[in-house]
Amino acid sequence: MGIHLPPVLAFALRRLLQAVPVILLIMIGSFLLLKLTPGDTVDALVGDMGGADPAFVARLRAEYGLDQPVLVQMWRYLSKLAMFDFGWSYVYEQPVSTVLLDRLGTTLLLMASSLSIAFVCGVSLGAFAARRAYSLTDNVISTLGLVFYAMPSFFLALLMILLFSVKLGWLPVGGVATIGAFYTGWDKVADTAMHMVMPTMALSLIYLAFYMRLMRTSVLEVSDLDFVRTARAKGASPSRVMFHHIMRNALLPVVTLLGLQFSTVLGGSVVIETIFSLPGLGQLAYTSVVKRDLNTLLGIIFLCSIIVVIVNFLTDLVYAWLDRRIDLK
Amino acid sequence: MTASDTIPPQGPAPMAPQVSRATVLWRRFRRNRAAVLGLILFVAVVLMALLADVIAPGDPLSRTGMPLVWPFTEAANPLGTDQLGRSILAGIVHGARVTLMVGVVATVISIAIGVVIGAVAGYFGGWVDDVLMRVTDAFQTIPSFVLLLTLVAIYGSSIENIILAIGVVSWTAPARMVRAEFMALRQREFVDAARNLGVSTPAIIFREILPNALPPVIVFASVVMATSILMETALAFLNLGDPNYASWGNMIGQGRAALRTAWFCAVIPGVVILLTVLSFSLMGEGMNDALNPRQKK
Repeated sequence: MGIHLPPVLAFALRRLLQAVPVILLIMIGSFLLLKLTPGDTVDALVGDMGGADPAFVARLRAEYGLDQPVLVQMWRYLSKLAMFDFGWSYVYEQPVSTVLLDRLGTTLLLMASSLSIAFVCGVSLGAFAARRAYSLTDNVISTLGLVFYAMPSFFLALLMILLFSVKLGWLPVGGVATIGAFYTGWDKVADTAMHMVMPTMALSLIYLAFYMRLMRTSVLEVSDLDFVRTARAKGASPSRVMFHHIMRNALLPVVTLLGLQFSTVLGGSVVIETIFSLPGLGQLAYTSVVKRDLNTLLGIIFLCSIIVVIVNFLTDLVYAWLDRRIDLK
Repeated sequence: MTASDTIPPQGPAPMAPQVSRATVLWRRFRRNRAAVLGLILFVAVVLMALLADVIAPGDPLSRTGMPLVWPFTEAANPLGTDQLGRSILAGIVHGARVTLMVGVVATVISIAIGVVIGAVAGYFGGWVDDVLMRVTDAFQTIPSFVLLLTLVAIYGSSIENIILAIGVVSWTAPARMVRAEFMALRQREFVDAARNLGVSTPAIIFREILPNALPPVIVFASVVMATSILMETALAFLNLGDPNYASWGNMIGQGRAALRTAWFCAVIPGVVILLTVLSFSLMGEGMNDALNPRQKK
């Protein structure tokens, strides 16, 4: 290549290329899942119609390409997936991609708010606990972390509904906007924010606990390293040592975990969106399971995988920016 | 402590040192008070599961009294009843069986898949490693709960399918762990020695390297167990579990409808899940202290 890319970008692009076989494997996997399912599209259609004669069924099969060899079917399926064509949803009577795009915004909003809260609070609480290691404050923070870590998100969600909606009446029970209010401008933003408080808290607390525990260990480890002692000896103030020297390096494992866990957080949104009736991808996954809408489910899997790959790409960039020592070759 | 007791015994060891090794491990485990608390909680859950038929005989899904009886008001239903008049105590103790079964079997399945894939990838390296790791990446990229839902939607929600599906979606982390251990261990002298003695490859992988690679995986099993239980309870909460078994998650899901008036229906099973999962994480930390004593100060 004659073009000179900045090393960080070249590194990130290389990582992105590594994701291609992974995406391909996921596409093949969802095709296999579709094939191994008892009954095919035509069976479902004919079942809906209440039966049909064999000649008609055969014609339908030919029309959908189901009479072709498996490899040909797979090739067709993969090339359609690559164009983000996930087929037709017989539940919503719409192309699956339209249904998915409608829901994407809510889920991304929930992800962004939960992860930022989990990351910011987890990192600061963890660093705070590490500075006062083995004190009462540290013990209280660490115990709370253990409890949040063991708390099922749906139970936490119910407890919050019980407290904030049923007893105190402060926050709405569910939905993404007040029905019939038709707010505009900042009122709309405030209304959405009120609706997102509980889902965000319910989804983020467990990850907050994860990041906090990791950050605490990581800060304790980095504080013992030679360069920290050097910085202190040179007369750097305690806060500069903490923020500039320790935190920056201690963040590395937390950023790695953030990237690794993103797909788990996305999975957790199924339960949270269902409880709070947020019209996102997670709730869509749940209703698709209940209504056996397999095309939509596989579309969700593919779309989620793409999102996970993109987020991993972004965390790689952040990682490379935080740690200049990283080998970009 | 001396360095010698951190090296696992190779092959059949004489009786005396083995006993002392168990004692040493127990002593290290006991030093962590939180871990002992976790062990006590875990034993309590196991006892509930074992004594379920003694504490609450009969079918836990059948009516035993009036609906929505408050806890501690009736001798027949000490923890009250749900809106269908089923005893909450019976649901809790019988649910402990399902929860433990799901936790243990799903963990064994996921660790087994992880060990085989990780061992083969780590031992052989090269293109075998590349292929297996891309498959692992693919499984890690798909949100596991969504994959679990899809598998349950396709193959049905009997308890066997749920357990198998949970095992299938949670093997990736153990696989990576075993692979890393194998890559570190395969160059060691004892492996060369075994190879020169003509030991077969499967025997080297499973009898020589694996016992040395297992301690971190055993510690991690407590995490897998906790997440398996959380996945099963979440499924049951969404009413996608096996309807023929009492399950804590399902009790919370049903209790949600009565949250306004009878919050105890959801809160009692919720606290039980919380304590059970907590017991696994506490025990995991204790096992970590016992098996990797040098890791911590």
